[in-house]
Amino acid sequence: MRAAFFALALTTFALALAATAIGSTAESAGQSQITGCAKASLNLVQEGQLSLATDNPAFEPWWFGGSKSKAWEINDPRTGKGYESAVAYGIAKRLGFTRAQVTWQAVPFLKSFAPGKKSFDFYIAQVSNKPERRKAVTFSASYYVVNQAVAALKTNPIAKVRSLAGLKRYRLGASVGTTSYDYIVRYIKPDQSPRVYDTVNDVVTAVKTKQIDGMVHDFPSMGYVTNVQIPGSTVVGRLPTLGPKEHFGLVFQKGNPLVRCVNRAINAMRRDGTLKRLEVRWLGKTGAPILK
Amino acid sequence: MAVALVSTAVFVAVIVLVVVRSAGWDDLKEAFFSRQEFAEAFPDILSAFWTNVKIFLIAEVFILVFALAIAVLRSLPGPVFFPIRALAVVYVDLFRGIPTILVIYILGFGVPALQLPHVPIDPLFWGVVSLVLVYSAYVSEVYRAGIESVHPSQAAAARSLGLTHGQSLRFVVVPQAVRRVIPPLLNDFIGLQKDTALVGLLGVVEAFRQSQIEVAASFNYTPYIATAIIFVALTVPMARFTDWLVARDKRRQQAGRLA
Repeated sequence: MRAAFFALALTTFALALAATAIGSTAESAGQSQITGCAKASLNLVQEGQLSLATDNPAFEPWWFGGSKSKAWEINDPRTGKGYESAVAYGIAKRLGFTRAQVTWQAVPFLKSFAPGKKSFDFYIAQVSNKPERRKAVTFSASYYVVNQAVAALKTNPIAKVRSLAGLKRYRLGASVGTTSYDYIVRYIKPDQSPRVYDTVNDVVTAVKTKQIDGMVHDFPSMGYVTNVQIPGSTVVGRLPTLGPKEHFGLVFQKGNPLVRCVNRAINAMRRDGTLKRLEVRWLGKTGAPILK
Repeated sequence: MAVALVSTAVFVAVIVLVVVRSAGWDDLKEAFFSRQEFAEAFPDILSAFWTNVKIFLIAEVFILVFALAIAVLRSLPGPVFFPIRALAVVYVDLFRGIPTILVIYILGFGVPALQLPHVPIDPLFWGVVSLVLVYSAYVSEVYRAGIESVHPSQAAAARSLGLTHGQSLRFVVVPQAVRRVIPPLLNDFIGLQKDTALVGLLGVVEAFRQSQIEVAASFNYTPYIATAIIFVALTVPMARFTDWLVARDKRRQQAGRLA
């Protein structure tokens, strides 16, 4: 009896082994779907896991699903919901990482490009890929092409503006280091110097306290800004792309070879329509008019 | 002398070698000391620095007057003036205790949020008000130390000559007190110059905020170095000027005594 039981246990064990062997050769978690990018060959900060970082708080619609963790304000990046969270887990899956093998840390934007060794494999927080920045970090392929937009209180006369030139007369604001600020300075060229704040929250406060007439920020974020953050506000309009298109890229340690495989994963997601699908799902609305 | 020179040379050489030969030196050099980035950022930061100059010049005038008033109120004699003294103490405790950055946030975003009629909402205005409130608390203590350092016999002599309390302060005590506290006053003035960068929180583009903008545009930290240089370039000559002022004063006083 005991011998029989032992034999049974052994058989089960062998079967289980065979099953995992078959499982790992077939498509499943734990195996990279990108040829030439076996999981073990990747250059990672932490062996066997994908260490990702984003800014805290993580805002909608880039992140979604709320947060039960004390470490994350507003949204927890681990939900897999929201455009950037979904893209990050999509990349992780294609490189063969299970959800449990993806870890997150909060890194402020201004620290994401600090010199020295980075504590993350890549940083995903609506960072625009610009030539000057490429001297300090390596960017992935584009995962989103972004437009800027203007939001304001409905009661402010700026809300009636329908042209780019019409914005010139007003006091505008943006958060520091953003391409939104660059857009104001380079293309709107307002009469009054624009105000620049540490965080989006401070820009939002300045709109509420009427210290600025309008805020410039990326268009997909404006839904959350106007519906949740600033009562009685509206999206005045989307700003036209002047000059080169603005691409969001993942931020890597300069020269990190991991970017090659991540790029392949992003390209695969573009080819099979995943990026488009996620965009429609999370960033869907295109309502506001484009200011000419 | 020779020993000091040699030991200094060796000390500096060792530090330089350790830094330059470290693994990250080339990265750091490119990130913080890029000549090209410096040349691009410097003019913009310098013109934004004008905002800092305006802030601290305006604030300093109010601080010097306001702080002296508080110090005088705090040294009012007699039980009748207890409430005023107490108020001055509470004020100083409060504004020395709250971090400057919080005072700026609370006043700069808080008061405009009230949407009161006829109350300015300009961030520059509230930035200056915050700095005046905080630094007056520090400076009033400096004044008070000066006032208390003047020997009581001076005030007593003044009173015995028929001067009122106010007159004895005005003509006898305060002039001596201020002369003694010029170095610590300058200390606070330099502190104020540096803290003008905090007004940037409210959206005003001053030198530090301008350098942040440049840093984020290029992901290169050289603009911070440029800002540091501009601030130092202003404070060092002022420190030497105060040294000279104090030395001249001392010379005059001693000359008077010898004569």
